[in-house]
Amino acid sequence: MWWIVGFVVLLIKVAVVLGVLFGFAAGMVLVERKLLGRLQIRYGPNRVGPFGLLQPVADGLKLLLKEDIVPKGADRIIFFFAPAVVALVPLLIAAVVPFSSDLKIGETRIPVLIADLNVGLLFFLAVASLSVYGVALGGWASNSKYSMLGSVRGAAQLISYELSLGLSLVPVVMLAGSFSLVDIVNAQAEYPFILVQPVSFLIFFISSMAESNRLPFDLPEAENELIGGFHTEYSGMRFALYFLGEYISMVVLGALVAVFFLGGWRGPVLPPLAWFLIKTMITPVFFIWTRATLPRVRYDQLMQLGWKILLPLCLVNIIATGGIALLVRS
Amino acid sequence: MTALRMVFYLLAILIVASTAMAITRKNLVHAVLYLVQSFFATAALFYLLGAPVLAALEIIIYAGAIMVLFLFIIMTLIGGYTGSRNHRQWIFPSLLGLASIVSAGVLLFSSPASETGLIAATASPASFGRYLFDKYWLPIEIVSLLLFVALVGALYLGTHKGKSVAQIEVEQ
Amino acid sequence: MNENESRLGRIMDGIGGIVDSYAVTLKHLFRKPITEQYPEQKKVLPERTRARIVLTRDPEGEERCVSCYLCEAVCPTDCISMEGAERGDGRRYALWFRINFARCIFCGLCEEACPTLAIQLTPDFEFSKYHVLDLVYEKEDLLIEGCGKNSEYNYYEHAGVAVGFDKGEHPGEAKPVDVKSNMP
Repeated sequence: MWWIVGFVVLLIKVAVVLGVLFGFAAGMVLVERKLLGRLQIRYGPNRVGPFGLLQPVADGLKLLLKEDIVPKGADRIIFFFAPAVVALVPLLIAAVVPFSSDLKIGETRIPVLIADLNVGLLFFLAVASLSVYGVALGGWASNSKYSMLGSVRGAAQLISYELSLGLSLVPVVMLAGSFSLVDIVNAQAEYPFILVQPVSFLIFFISSMAESNRLPFDLPEAENELIGGFHTEYSGMRFALYFLGEYISMVVLGALVAVFFLGGWRGPVLPPLAWFLIKTMITPVFFIWTRATLPRVRYDQLMQLGWKILLPLCLVNIIATGGIALLVRS
Repeated sequence: MTALRMVFYLLAILIVASTAMAITRKNLVHAVLYLVQSFFATAALFYLLGAPVLAALEIIIYAGAIMVLFLFIIMTLIGGYTGSRNHRQWIFPSLLGLASIVSAGVLLFSSPASETGLIAATASPASFGRYLFDKYWLPIEIVSLLLFVALVGALYLGTHKGKSVAQIEVEQ
Repeated sequence: MNENESRLGRIMDGIGGIVDSYAVTLKHLFRKPITEQYPEQKKVLPERTRARIVLTRDPEGEERCVSCYLCEAVCPTDCISMEGAERGDGRRYALWFRINFARCIFCGLCEEACPTLAIQLTPDFEFSKYHVLDLVYEKEDLLIEGCGKNSEYNYYEHAGVAVGFDKGEHPGEAKPVDVKSNMP
């Protein structure tokens, strides 16, 4: 009996998280276009509905109704499934993110997350490392030179920045003493980790920007050199999946930054969920601001930043954190 | 047959089948993908046997990094397709495979521990780490030294016999 | 030591550059957008903007076009075509005159080539159509009642072409130039 109730609760949670994430992704498209417009002293979309608020609906309908073109000589099966990988990865990561404090209904406490894995952080890194397949295989399967170049770049970039993404979280794990995201939030009851780990935060932030192919690091897409890179040949719904994946991953990375460094749902006065949403939106908004500000880096600059600056900085940071922790505890 | 056993055998079949597909594909990218699938099943197997950390590491390192490097090299150098295969090249690998299956079988049936059934258990990340770094710290340090040597070697090769790229450009 | 200082300085320079650019874009966020909302806010175009082509009339209300084919010849996209004809009094006119605006690039070469100032470009560019064949304008669509840019010019007063009268006999026409003399 209780087994069934638990299952139903789980299903409801999954449905809510999915719905909210898709809604956020659609909203993010509008927020990005509007904010980017204002940052570049223009209006952004303002034709569909009042203030252009219905633009996501129009975009979605357009992408749904467009012809689904498969290029000649494409590897059809891989071509069909590669965009799904990109969209699936952030959705899977969202499963381990704690959104709020426990929900209390009478005596029972329902944790507001889908799965509290004791290796939650490793699960995030494992799943995030798979998004490279969507990029690499999508471009390879398209049978196009631009796509191929985009996916080769994407593969190299994502591997390089995955390292610093993972290593920048090691100090967080050291401070929290657990891989579980719930424990990490609980460990920040007194102060958020950004205060003690600013370097870690910065590295995680830059690496996540690179992992989500956002602007200073958007070499795999590079509209003006590679005509869209790995998704050059995609159209209609499959292109929409790539698009959706990128925006969901922006939101999910925002949620993860909130969990790892900003204290998750903790905060005064406002309810926990409101705090979580505010903290989650900081990262995407900053990503958009960055897109309006910084030009694309050159490929060798990208590799230098990843391997010669961020990675050694990560290692030094880990050693320093370990040393200080040892001093404080003894 | 318990549910645990059923899942175990399903995963085992999946691993063997996808690995077999991987070694018989002519298209190298397909082969890599089948191998990735096999790694996924292996990770699930680790999780089933109560080693979530190992499962996560299996995916991060093998599926997420090493196979991507394979893919990268295939895409940049070969382009995904190999020519026709020579049947004689199967002989040595199949002999090797047979030998490893036989030795694994002998080890399995000669050990008294092989009689015990599957038990659901978990090693928490903390206890796993403590066990590893308390008991096996020396092998781990040796392995890390090995990786360090490899890193230095790669760095040396990358700088064109000890000269940096900038130096070479200046000389040219 | 000196090298270290310069390196530190370079790092600080780089950070300063990045922070500055963020500040600039942030400032833009609070500025009024400079976008002109086109269909609602129409900009007044300069008088000599080149767009839709018209055929004008001379001050007496006659068609200026003498169907000399110069515009057709000079048109880089070959969008002009016509057929010339002659009236009873010897004055030439275009039997039909057609401009395909789907091909016209508003370059204005026809206006420059026209000896009678008949063909002229106007600032009106907003005449897109749903069907491409609707952009083929015939003579009746092109001809306007008026002189366009040069209100007093009349080709036949300066041309030295005999239409009804002898050369130099037309009302207001200057005497023909004597090519044998170099006197002014």
